[in-house]
Amino acid sequence: MSSLSTDTAAPVSEKAPSPGLAQRFAPALMAGPATLLFAALVLTPLLLTFLLSFNEYEHATGRTHGFTLSHYAEVLTDGYYLEIFLRTFRVAALATAICAVIGVPEALILSRMRNPWRSVFLLVVLAPLLVSVVVRAFGWSMLLGPDGVVNMILQAVGIGRTRLLYSEGTVVVALVHIMLPFMVIPVWTSLQKLDPAVEQAALSFGASRSTTMLRVIAPQILPGILSGSLIVFGLSASAFAIPGLLGGRRLKMVATVVYDQYLGELNWPLGAAIAVILLVANLIVMLTYHHVVDGHYRKRMG
Amino acid sequence: MSFLTLRNVTKRYGSFEAVGNVTLSVEKGEFVSLLGPSGCGKTTTLQMIAGFVDVTSGTIELDGRDITRTKPNSRGLGIVFQSYALFPHMTVFDNVSFGLEMKRVPKSERAALVEEALALVHLDKHAGRYPRELSGGQRQRVALARAIVIRPPVLLLDEPLSNLDAKLREAMQFELRDIQRKVGTTTIMVTHDQAEAFSISDRVVVMESGRITQIDQPYRIYEHPETEFISRFVGKTNMLPGTVSAVGDGRATVSLAGMPADVPADGLSMGETVVLCIRPEKLRLTPAGQGRLQGRVTDRFFLGSQWLYHLDGPLGPLMAVATNDGEAPLDPGAPVGVDWPAAVVRVHRGAMPAAPELESLE
Repeated sequence: MSSLSTDTAAPVSEKAPSPGLAQRFAPALMAGPATLLFAALVLTPLLLTFLLSFNEYEHATGRTHGFTLSHYAEVLTDGYYLEIFLRTFRVAALATAICAVIGVPEALILSRMRNPWRSVFLLVVLAPLLVSVVVRAFGWSMLLGPDGVVNMILQAVGIGRTRLLYSEGTVVVALVHIMLPFMVIPVWTSLQKLDPAVEQAALSFGASRSTTMLRVIAPQILPGILSGSLIVFGLSASAFAIPGLLGGRRLKMVATVVYDQYLGELNWPLGAAIAVILLVANLIVMLTYHHVVDGHYRKRMG
Repeated sequence: MSFLTLRNVTKRYGSFEAVGNVTLSVEKGEFVSLLGPSGCGKTTTLQMIAGFVDVTSGTIELDGRDITRTKPNSRGLGIVFQSYALFPHMTVFDNVSFGLEMKRVPKSERAALVEEALALVHLDKHAGRYPRELSGGQRQRVALARAIVIRPPVLLLDEPLSNLDAKLREAMQFELRDIQRKVGTTTIMVTHDQAEAFSISDRVVVMESGRITQIDQPYRIYEHPETEFISRFVGKTNMLPGTVSAVGDGRATVSLAGMPADVPADGLSMGETVVLCIRPEKLRLTPAGQGRLQGRVTDRFFLGSQWLYHLDGPLGPLMAVATNDGEAPLDPGAPVGVDWPAAVVRVHRGAMPAAPELESLE
């Protein structure tokens, strides 16, 4: 019990020397590479695309440098494009919802595992990211093709050969497969932050497992589900490889239409206009969603 | 017939025995503390009563009903967690109301019960707040209100005050006891803080390496520790090694480095090695030349109401506590006599523990 031995007060330190030049510019220097990369690879092409979308286009002469809003007018009034936009967002929304339905329980199970299994299964969850999207898309087309494994099974059970490829369903399934890790990881991260005693508390007050999940756990991992949904939706809505390879020529989504305009029709300004509209529409959907869900959460959790 | 009974409750993790043969009877309305250093199995015992940890063997009975294998959500116990474990997304009111809702108490009755519980912990004005807007002490009260509002047969407190600062902890101790008396709920508290356990419990259960070593009233544990471990763990103590030099009718004489000390015989035999334990506040300082021992003050510490002296004498270092009577204290280096009434000496058999652990978790 030496608590009463008086501590000699630590000498008051001299006034801290003013930070050197390097220190003062350190934040700017550190942010520099990222800023440069972002400006060169994201902002510049975006700006060029934006400017391009106002250029005039003639079939005979190609792109001219005049200013027109006709491409925007065309996309926004033509039912053909409207249908493609609706399909794109429908597919993205569906993929997001299915990812949430599969990914949230997956993350829950993962968070309850103990090592080494937890590490093993985390790797399994992340494994799809290690394989190229194109390779995985071809994997799906082999699986679902006319002579694929699934059709062989369908024939064997007597349902008969079914056309599985080039349908919206196939695109959704493949997107879910690719996007799932982007849902699991943020949900898992928010589960890591939960106090395990909170769940025990709910149980001790007589709550069933399902009530505990719905009333106590789910509200707390909402931010994780929110960020997972935003990532999955954004990536799905602008996905190109999967709809391109599994949607075929007829089932078009926005990204594949942009590609067609650029490389098929050679109408770059129209392609650019579609791309800009996709970006804006995507932003509106995501910001609205974020505002609704996050506002609801922030009100409670601060 | 006691209200809550643990019979030979054991918990093993593989070959490691976390809790061994714990047998404990708690009466209705009693406040019992499980006291021990970290890793002694007290929290595991509480978790087994709560149902979060499976019992390896033994039985737990509540009000005559075997609840050993009952799921935690059908035991109906009120638990205050060390981390409070409040529902962060619910208001104080909803936190407290949650248990009632789960018990299907009609909504019309709920509000009154919640308000009553919040009034009991002086939080009735904060019902609309979220846990993050409350201080540590207030969160602790919400956790308590949430646990007592369901009128549980047993209230379990897991280190309920350990996250509070010293002053608040002391205030909450008395308040906790006050509330427990008002509500009359049988309470089991886990703590590593002996002052906390002593000040508010009816009985204290001392645990050591997964086993109960003593169950007694706080006063008895302090004055009559059954093992040398307890006398060191609970408060401070002077330990004097000696040998039994004479056994008479009911009394025995222990030789402390040649100096005789009179102790109760209590089954001691000639030549046996013993340790005499004397609490520092039981030592009386006398003018030099008087008393049983002669020594010298080596250091002194001012504790406000008391002086703590470190002394050096023929039996090695001693600690003595003297009331601060307003007179000038003894200076370091001053010669001093030490005396004690024969009745305050506790005898423990066996040799001195090698090195007294300073980890007397206070």
